[in-house]
Amino acid sequence: MTSNKRIGDFAKRLQPTIKEFRFMLTRLLKNPLSVAGLVLISYNVFLAVFAPFIAPNTSGILQYDPYLIPKDPALGMWMQPNPPSPGHLLGTTSMQVDLFYGCVWGTRFAFQLGLEVIVITLAIGLITGLLAGYYGGFIDELIMRFTDIILAFPGLILAMVFVAVLGKIGWETLQAAILSIILIGWPGYTRLIRGEVLRVRGEDYVEAARASGASDLRIMARHILPNSIYSVIIVASLDFGSIVLTAAALSFLGLGSPPGYSDWGRLIFDGVPYAGNGLTYWWTFVYPGIFIVLFTLGWNLMGDALRDVLDPLSRRK
Amino acid sequence: MGLREYIIRRLILIIPIMLGVVLLIFAVMQLIDPVLRITLFLRNPRQFQPDVINLYIHEYGLDQAVWVQFYHWFGGLLAGNFGYSGYYKEMVLPALLVRVPATFEIVLFAAPVIVLVGIWLGVESAVRKDKPFDQMTRIFSILGTSLPSFFFGIVLSAIFIAQLRWVTAGRITPTLGTQVSLLKSSGVWHTYTGLMTLDSLFNARLDIFLDALIHLVLPVLVLTFIQTAVLVRVTRSSMLEALGKTYITAARAKGLTKNEVIYKHARRNALIPVVTISGLLVGGMMTGLVITETVFLFPGIGSWAAEAATVFDVSVVIVYAMFSAVVFVLANLIVDVLYAYIDPRIRLG
Repeated sequence: MTSNKRIGDFAKRLQPTIKEFRFMLTRLLKNPLSVAGLVLISYNVFLAVFAPFIAPNTSGILQYDPYLIPKDPALGMWMQPNPPSPGHLLGTTSMQVDLFYGCVWGTRFAFQLGLEVIVITLAIGLITGLLAGYYGGFIDELIMRFTDIILAFPGLILAMVFVAVLGKIGWETLQAAILSIILIGWPGYTRLIRGEVLRVRGEDYVEAARASGASDLRIMARHILPNSIYSVIIVASLDFGSIVLTAAALSFLGLGSPPGYSDWGRLIFDGVPYAGNGLTYWWTFVYPGIFIVLFTLGWNLMGDALRDVLDPLSRRK
Repeated sequence: MGLREYIIRRLILIIPIMLGVVLLIFAVMQLIDPVLRITLFLRNPRQFQPDVINLYIHEYGLDQAVWVQFYHWFGGLLAGNFGYSGYYKEMVLPALLVRVPATFEIVLFAAPVIVLVGIWLGVESAVRKDKPFDQMTRIFSILGTSLPSFFFGIVLSAIFIAQLRWVTAGRITPTLGTQVSLLKSSGVWHTYTGLMTLDSLFNARLDIFLDALIHLVLPVLVLTFIQTAVLVRVTRSSMLEALGKTYITAARAKGLTKNEVIYKHARRNALIPVVTISGLLVGGMMTGLVITETVFLFPGIGSWAAEAATVFDVSVVIVYAMFSAVVFVLANLIVDVLYAYIDPRIRLG
């Protein structure tokens, strides 16, 4: 009961009135940490949007998938990485894969993957959470016990099971990794939305809608959903960083993108053999790592600041 | 409801969850074609010949109805038959159990550090809110949660293992490792716990003990850095909340010293919500172990399963996942019981 009430209070604070939003924005801009977060996120958005202009394909070889890093024909196919040079700003890694191209397009890939995963996970979470919270009873029991089972595993480990099984039946590991991140992610949203729905369900306007003969679908879509979705959307958008991190971790374990793909985790995975030479080929794993850190740092700073701003206890001080 | 009744009820709740875990794994395995699924049980590649494989599919009952298959498979699990690894060429359950102590050894050293440092930093940082100490701690915790463990690990391993050669990858220096296996085969070395640090002490080999200890430093460092950061965040905000409560003002007004108020009144109450997230911490640690062991080639269950996953060796991955689920569910049970013990309101509500 108390937790539902707390989520409820949280949602009430989120009612997006213009005044509140303006207040939030001024608070955010006053805090140096959140400004840093905003700057980092904008820098990542900039890289992702303008990737084709920042890191164009100069190899002269047409790529059918832009995320596959074009190889410079002048350098051949040697395994030995080349240090950063004017032609390859961040150097090259195994098979002369250009790191600058990989890291910049990796930003775009991170956003694409994050968006894909969040939209689908959120959709599943919304539907199951709505059904469980609105109908209650058997449907609620069924859905919630299913989320219990998924949450009984540490996330990454269940994802490994899905990737291994899907790989065994012939899926590409990247597709398998994306699907498995979705499969481990939705129960969290289901629980959150269910709690919100339980809070809203008893409100007077829902009773009024029901009394005036509105159908279940209409009540859910027009009355319950709009009033329960805000906190969930905030939580989901802040999950962006951790979703990209999970995908990178899977790629790092060799359970994600194919070789030479613009995926930071994969690039670090490709750099692992060179780390065995000490710091001789440091650029092969340090640069992709820095790109990941700048990405997750932006989301975490933003998340911290938002939590502070939205929490009335800390903001009055 | 008394504490004992609460524990019993909570214990009974584990049964459906574990059954669900097994059912989920079984359902996922149904995606695999029987011809491929049978390879999870057969040892001899000659048994995979097209003319005989159907015989084995029939013998293992993989051509029967789903519930019959589940019955056989579940019966096998209860008897300890979790399948055979075609990649490692061994039965998966004994192979898992052999590797558990290595993983447990990292946890044994990492967990106390995480808890002590995390709570200490969180409390002190809340007490000194917005002072330099607090700012430093916040930067540390934000960095810790943003720094991927595999990146941190690979940089450390490049510097200390490959460049400076202060320590080798793995659990023990290879020369000492061969010594240990020689001693083991000649019956001089006794395996008491499976933990390299403890066993070496019991066998009176201080050199091996020190070597094993040094090999634990980097994995423990990577694991603790990230998990401590999570704990610091939670402790800090919980402590800040506790410090704002009226009973703190009352205690101060009563004339208690600042230290008494902070450590006797505020900290005790602040730690209650921290207990609830420690279950989450266990999950994070198990995930972190997969990465850490892989980076440092530490021969635990995490790196074992991760390597098998890359070649889609399903039987290894599922036994590892089920084992992790059992540990995770038990850890959450302990957390819940602890929480109910500390905070009587839980039992009554």
